[in-house]
Amino acid sequence: MASRRPEHSAPPEIFYNESEAIKYTTNSRMIAIQAQMSGRAIELLALPDDSPRLILDLGCGSGLSGQVLEEMGHTWVGLDISQAMLNVCRSRGSESGDILLSDLGEGVPFRAGAFDGAISISCIQWLCNADKSTHSPVQRLYRFFSSLYSCLCRNSRAVFQFYPENGSQIELITAQAMRAGFTGGLVVDFPNSTKAKKMFLVLFAGGTAQQLPKGLTESNDNTVPYSSKREITGRGQPSRAPKKSRQWILDKKERRRRQGKHVRADTKYTARKRSARF
Amino acid sequence: MKLLMHNMLSSMGLQNVTVGFPLKIVANEVKDISVEFDKKFMKRIISKVDWNALRDTAAQFGVKLPTELPNGNISDELLKQIHGALMEIEIIEGKLVCPETGHEFPINNGIPNMLF
Repeated sequence: MASRRPEHSAPPEIFYNESEAIKYTTNSRMIAIQAQMSGRAIELLALPDDSPRLILDLGCGSGLSGQVLEEMGHTWVGLDISQAMLNVCRSRGSESGDILLSDLGEGVPFRAGAFDGAISISCIQWLCNADKSTHSPVQRLYRFFSSLYSCLCRNSRAVFQFYPENGSQIELITAQAMRAGFTGGLVVDFPNSTKAKKMFLVLFAGGTAQQLPKGLTESNDNTVPYSSKREITGRGQPSRAPKKSRQWILDKKERRRRQGKHVRADTKYTARKRSARF
Repeated sequence: MKLLMHNMLSSMGLQNVTVGFPLKIVANEVKDISVEFDKKFMKRIISKVDWNALRDTAAQFGVKLPTELPNGNISDELLKQIHGALMEIEIIEGKLVCPETGHEFPINNGIPNMLF
């Protein structure tokens, strides 16, 4: 196998064909992962509770992330370059959502200040490719981010979940986002896990400076925390009373009593020190 | 495509287009759908909608909206009317035309093709 990254096999409008699109309606594992990532992305958007918003879904595909948005009461507009995926999205039938065929590298075709936030699940790494001779990834990313910046409200956020191929790709994407005027940065969930690790690029559009949210770590996952035996038991061996002490003698008498031997009763004289006269 | 999205769309990405809004709709097939009315969302979205563009396009589909959006409190009745225009009219087949260059964007199966 040459590569497991889909970006390497074909351009998105060709890779996401009918047979690939059908996976996104039948494969329950893919659906669960997409829904989970969308949920986390929406959480990172930090929208105020109980106020329905208009959200942009970049690279909406078959509308799995849109469905999560809809369940939370938001209205969404989805963009994708794959006609097959969008047809699947149409056939799923979304009530509040609306979709559009568009190439993100050409910019998002909306007027200024139209949206309250944007999410994107596993999509912007595709923009790092030059699929046609006229494509220049840097220019396409810049065009995308600058048009996105203008169509978002002030103080809103854009959250991108993506799979960067390497460090320089992260740099390429964030550099263009910053150049377009965004602030913010990378939030990494489960940084020490190979499989559960998820990268989110959280961008703030204008407004006041905002604190970058923290990534999730293993401790707040539902895994069993590690603890050594020593921590559970206190100290290796259970502690014993020092030899010849009263407690040591009492323990010994008790032990011998259990063995059925004749032992004198415990009194106030037991283990008492003799006076100096002896 | 619903009118809410149309109200946000612009063909600014085309060369030598400065505003690119509103796009002219040429509809061949239109469907009425029913979408749950969300009062909070409508109140919020009304500040974002370009009223003149909405009024003109809604009129094209037989929904009459007042010439000017009343200031201050908007009655529930009008909100429902706006909801009907924004959310419940769906254009299935047709095209969008750029107001400046005349470039046509086809709409197939309810999905506008905005590739430049």
